Amino acid sequence: MATHDVIPDQTQVTADNYELVHAKPETFYREFERKSDLRHQTHYCPGCGHGVAHKLIAEALEDLGVQNETILVSPVGCSVFAYYYFDVGNVQVAHGRAPAAATGLKRACPDKIVIAYQGDGDLAAIGTAEIVHAANRGEKITVFFVNNAIYGMTGGQMAPTTLVGQRSTTSPWGRRPVNEGFPLHMCELLASLETPVYIERVALSDNKNIMKARRAVRRALELQKAGAGFTFVEILSPCPTIWGKDPVEARKWVAETMIPNFPLNVFRDRKVEIPNNNVPPHKTVEELVTGERKVAAEGVVAGRNHHLREMGIKIAGFGGQGVLLLGQLLAEMGMREGLEVSWLPSYGPEMRSGSAHCHVCLSKERIGSPLLSRPDVLVAMNEISLRKFAAQVKPGGMILYGRDSLPSDFEIPQAQVVCIPASEIADKLGAAKVANVVIMGALLEETECLSSATAIKVLEAKVKNPALLELDRKALDAGRVFIDHTVAVGAVTQADGFAQ
Amino acid sequence: MRQLCKGNVAVIKGAVLAGCRAYYGYPITPASEITEAAALYLPEVGGSFVQAESETASINMVYGAAAAGVRVMTASSGPGLSLMQEGISYLAGAELPCVIVDVMRGGPGLGNIAPEQSDYFAMVKGGGHGNYRNLVVAPASVQEMADLTILAFELADKYRNPAIVLTDGFVGQMMEPLDLAYREIVAPAKPWAVQGTAETRKNMVSSIVLETDDLENHQRMMEAKYIRAQQLETRWEEYHTEDADLIVVGFGIVSRVLRSAVDEARKMGVKVGLFRPITLWPFPSKELKKAALKAGGVLVVELSNGQMVEDVRLALEGARPVEFYGRVGGNVPAVEELVAKIVEHAAVAV
Repeated sequence: MATHDVIPDQTQVTADNYELVHAKPETFYREFERKSDLRHQTHYCPGCGHGVAHKLIAEALEDLGVQNETILVSPVGCSVFAYYYFDVGNVQVAHGRAPAAATGLKRACPDKIVIAYQGDGDLAAIGTAEIVHAANRGEKITVFFVNNAIYGMTGGQMAPTTLVGQRSTTSPWGRRPVNEGFPLHMCELLASLETPVYIERVALSDNKNIMKARRAVRRALELQKAGAGFTFVEILSPCPTIWGKDPVEARKWVAETMIPNFPLNVFRDRKVEIPNNNVPPHKTVEELVTGERKVAAEGVVAGRNHHLREMGIKIAGFGGQGVLLLGQLLAEMGMREGLEVSWLPSYGPEMRSGSAHCHVCLSKERIGSPLLSRPDVLVAMNEISLRKFAAQVKPGGMILYGRDSLPSDFEIPQAQVVCIPASEIADKLGAAKVANVVIMGALLEETECLSSATAIKVLEAKVKNPALLELDRKALDAGRVFIDHTVAVGAVTQADGFAQ
Repeated sequence: MRQLCKGNVAVIKGAVLAGCRAYYGYPITPASEITEAAALYLPEVGGSFVQAESETASINMVYGAAAAGVRVMTASSGPGLSLMQEGISYLAGAELPCVIVDVMRGGPGLGNIAPEQSDYFAMVKGGGHGNYRNLVVAPASVQEMADLTILAFELADKYRNPAIVLTDGFVGQMMEPLDLAYREIVAPAKPWAVQGTAETRKNMVSSIVLETDDLENHQRMMEAKYIRAQQLETRWEEYHTEDADLIVVGFGIVSRVLRSAVDEARKMGVKVGLFRPITLWPFPSKELKKAALKAGGVLVVELSNGQMVEDVRLALEGARPVEFYGRVGGNVPAVEELVAKIVEHAAVAV
């Protein structure tokens, strides 16, 4: 006999005109292909709670009329094959990660019904982080958590919900809290969060409790359909095979042993007001990818006509001295003047009090290494940087030292040194933080690598505060004037390295 | 219009242009700016951003969004990628397209945050369990961080497979001009996706194939698409290889230093050329062999203890001697250092 012939009809009418209902909900497949020769059966053991839990969910989905809209995420564990039964969109995922995958699905399909179906090992052991955070984010999904206090599929190892004293293959003397702690109570744990809208624990212990479970499953799915928020139903469920009990005893064990340890309760059923604050502005893709700051085309020198062929500048100092920003400004200027540019920062684990440096390359040609082992110019904003990097400067190169004079024991034969008390000049202008712009003014005046007109354009684009912009203009000018002045009176602050 | 842009930020600009509207990630130096840029930009174009609780959660959120058929990505650095390996294996097994960026740092363990290329084996050879391949592209500039991210999305969809953008801390952290013109990029239709609709109700996304013959067939099918990718998708760049006595091979930041070193060595009269793989998987083996056969020898430079060099040796099949020079720990060789190596090896290769 062909196996599918044994599948009963949807309804039968008896001679007495009673309607016998053997109906499978439409949300189940007509035939279960998991076992090729037993297509009316599931792969679950006789008396297992999964079959009941599946049916409650399938009936609710049918009654809510959401079969086409539903995506079921199946876990790892005995219910790994849930997709053999539910005639909805199915996604099977890695062990414990159903709430994360459901997050990605729900956010991609926000008006659909997304269900994560998980066992106790999946949800409360390997997937603890995922369930807690999905719940806390208020993902608008429904999680059905089937708790049978044991690992079924792998053959009876201890679950995070295994009861104290309960034997398993990995708690052979019974669970000992001194070694493995107490059972995890997931409803209570999740109920400590603000965001979930619905949390209930039910049990498949007897018909009365199964009817309560039916209502909880529906409530959760109705809330999701209404777009309410995170919904969670824990289902205490019998596992006769692993528990070593017959189906009747197993149900009794749920009622008499599990329920006292995992009290049935509605832990949360409320509308949660979640503030939708600081809503991001809308942008077009074009605005976003082509750059927020439009670079004015006028005044840009064509790169191939630029007087500068190539220059490598290393800028170093303490974190907080504007070292990295100075480099970025120079790179931006070079780019606006049509040069190829690169800016490479040092990046350290500390946010402050460290040393910072960056490398800026300006070139007419495509830039090879952005890492400068031999810079043409070193800007050293402190003594440590001067001592550390001065020897790297190319013969004939230049060092711009941000202090009024070199340390007495310091010699650098191959490079020209210009000392500029940038901090003191900046202080006189009213803000120590523009010392880096003073240095930039001096650098531009001394090397003429880029024009100060471009510098002003870049500062105008970057600095939004008008008072600070004015200060930056003054700082740029002060740096230039310092160089002009020292040269004009013939009093270079330090002997020229070449001259010696 | 050129904009001065950080490599890590360019990844997201490219991704947005490619139609990526979902990003799930966890911060880690030196990749954090990718997650930060996604947090800023994706909501502005109507996309979804979640800072996940871990890289494990990130990659599984990616799995969920990819199953729904949207262009989705994540990014991290070595330690985070180690955590993602399970998810990448599942994505490959379930044939889900996505883009994953690895801004490599020093390892093993927590290592440090300076650039290395020591995730080559983990990303190019696999790293997760099972028989699968990642499609791997290796940007060497800020422009390529955007361009190759776009390519990665296209390859991922074309082959229904994860695509990795494999780069390093320097390329991620540096700023260069980025020229990204707006254009319409349309993702292919994904009739296999699970979207909660009547048309997609029959669909299932899963990496489970229980029967041995079925799993073998599934893997044969995956192999067939990998062979197709090997035939169609290799990308590389050559510089002065035509008359070279010595070919130097490097990817990412190393290729930039090598390019400068080639220029310097040529000024000294050394005939050296650069071969830069742009796709690391599929590896441009045929093209490399063709270039190398014109020369006397090959020098591979990596920020690792010698990982890509194995692919170079496989490509050349012993036809030319292959030497290796590696720096590790986050040290990037200076131009002069590589010029010295080039001079040393060129003398032998002539």
